[in-house]
Amino acid sequence: MNSLDFQMLNYSALSPEIILSVAGILLMLLIPFVKREKQAKLGYLSLVGIAAAMVAVIAQWGQSDLTFFDMVFQDNFANFAKLLFLFAVAAIIATSIQYLERDSLYKAEYFSLLLFATVGMCLMAASADLIMTFLGIEILSIATYVLAGYRLGEQKSTESAVKYFLLGAFSTGFLLYGIAFIYGATGSTKYLEIAQSLGNQTEYPVYLLIGLGLIFVGFGFKAALAPFHVWTPDVYEGAPIPITAHLAVASKAAALIALLRILFQVVPSISSGWVELLWISAVLTMLVGNIAALTQSNIKRMLAYSSIAHAGYLLVGLAANNDFGAQGVLFYLLAYAFMNLGAFAIIQIIGRQNEETVEIKDYAGVGFQHPFLGLALSVFLVSLAGIPLTAGFTGKLFLFSAAVQSGMYWLVVIAVIASAIGIYYYLRVLIYMYMRDAEGEIKPVDRLSMATRIVIVVMVLGTIYLGILPGSILKLASEAINF
Amino acid sequence: MEQLVFYLFATIAVVAGLVVVLQRKAIYSALALIVCFGSIAVLFYQLGAFFIAAIQVIVYAGAIMVMFLFVVMLIDPESEFFSFNRIRRVSVLALPMSAVLALILLWAMPVLRESDTNSQSLAQKGSIEVIARSLFSDYLLPFEVTSILILVAVLGAMVLAKKVD
Repeated sequence: MNSLDFQMLNYSALSPEIILSVAGILLMLLIPFVKREKQAKLGYLSLVGIAAAMVAVIAQWGQSDLTFFDMVFQDNFANFAKLLFLFAVAAIIATSIQYLERDSLYKAEYFSLLLFATVGMCLMAASADLIMTFLGIEILSIATYVLAGYRLGEQKSTESAVKYFLLGAFSTGFLLYGIAFIYGATGSTKYLEIAQSLGNQTEYPVYLLIGLGLIFVGFGFKAALAPFHVWTPDVYEGAPIPITAHLAVASKAAALIALLRILFQVVPSISSGWVELLWISAVLTMLVGNIAALTQSNIKRMLAYSSIAHAGYLLVGLAANNDFGAQGVLFYLLAYAFMNLGAFAIIQIIGRQNEETVEIKDYAGVGFQHPFLGLALSVFLVSLAGIPLTAGFTGKLFLFSAAVQSGMYWLVVIAVIASAIGIYYYLRVLIYMYMRDAEGEIKPVDRLSMATRIVIVVMVLGTIYLGILPGSILKLASEAINF
Repeated sequence: MEQLVFYLFATIAVVAGLVVVLQRKAIYSALALIVCFGSIAVLFYQLGAFFIAAIQVIVYAGAIMVMFLFVVMLIDPESEFFSFNRIRRVSVLALPMSAVLALILLWAMPVLRESDTNSQSLAQKGSIEVIARSLFSDYLLPFEVTSILILVAVLGAMVLAKKVD
């Protein structure tokens, strides 16, 4: 199309991204006018932006379109994903306000970067073209590289940012190279055109498969799938805790959702090769994540490996390659957001000023000293371990039964063994909390701010609600995967 | 004549590329890279892709090279850390990877030759008007979204560079 008719563009499809960008820019411009000590309060303003974007998403539920010269989809899948991202980022911002104030990190650019990162994630979910996907990933990545190093001047945080940046730049190279190969093989970067071109072919050139493999490497890095996960523990350990939560929940979800769309809309006709790739990666990811988590003494590193393991469970749903699996992935991403964001919010509080106490042994006695925090963390850990009546259990149930539907019994057997291993290291923290006494003098933890308290309560309720009554969310997820 | 120019600059590009890799001093590698980019720009020009030739010179030989030179000067390439013996170990990995890459390209080449590669159509694709049209129609959204990407990068650079107090 060569005519420049801007009336034809469906702006409503992009309204959440536009709102978030405007909010990010406004926030950026406001910073010089606010006193340094008060800057963390600007976070509340960014929450308003997020809320407005949520309204914009909900308003377009049910509509479907392919717009901006076939660059973005407007569909329920994108809407579901955007709501998930906005929800996660809202929780991260709400807990960040207390975090930044406590550690005197008075730089409100933090919130702008988070909002822009959200724009990137939303674009990844809605993208209908590999170029858009790439741009979305880059916006997300560059914002998170900086955020990972936000504890400026601290060695660990800087190490985290540099490692993430260097390896991330490298993985971007893989992704771009893969896109170039696919363009060479099919003559297009648009999802639907690639799918059509693949549908017409019966034999696939080798470099098409190389291209798809390279793209998988790029996404695998972002979602921390084995064997592209090696950066994860160091980066998660060094990043500020709310940003660790962002990397573990939101970034990962964005990469998996973009991968899910590619799997269903770009390469459905050659799913056989993909499925084996996903199968192998799922097994590796689950085993590596769960086994490495067993020996960790730092809780952030433990949750880093746990997040690798959870990406593995999600891959089981992707490898199932059926509608039920896709539903399961969406459901589990939400469940995972509830339990993991909640866990990180509590770790942030118990970590005290400047993240002094983030070792698992620091959790000795926490359960009785802080009954509310202890109880909430127990709920999250039990759910992460996948014990019935929690979101983690129902989510895994959906993912694994989707794989059974596709006849992947061995994959499910391995997945169940892996999650059984996982129970050990989650319960270890519980044992420390309730069965060990704290040694020596312990500093009191901060009072919970209202925002943090609300986040923790919402996450507990969500975790339990999804565990007991998964029906309504599952129905939403099934509406979302009508591609 | 055209052929002569092609082979001349193609040779220069390959030789300069080899110098980039084989040169021990980082600053000479960077200079050789400019020569390499420049001769590739000539090849683009020959194909009729004037715009890409100009971009090649402005962006690669200009902006990106300046950045490389900055980095080379900042990190002190003479230090023990970047010594040749350390790098030699990496080259053990680099060689097979380059070989794989070369094989893939050789594989892809016959397919490219079959498809439409005459300079006429390439010239049309590379002309400023065609690029401008597609930037503001087909690629309108990526074009706009890139501005957010650059904004994020600027904001991030500023955050990291600001003095810690």
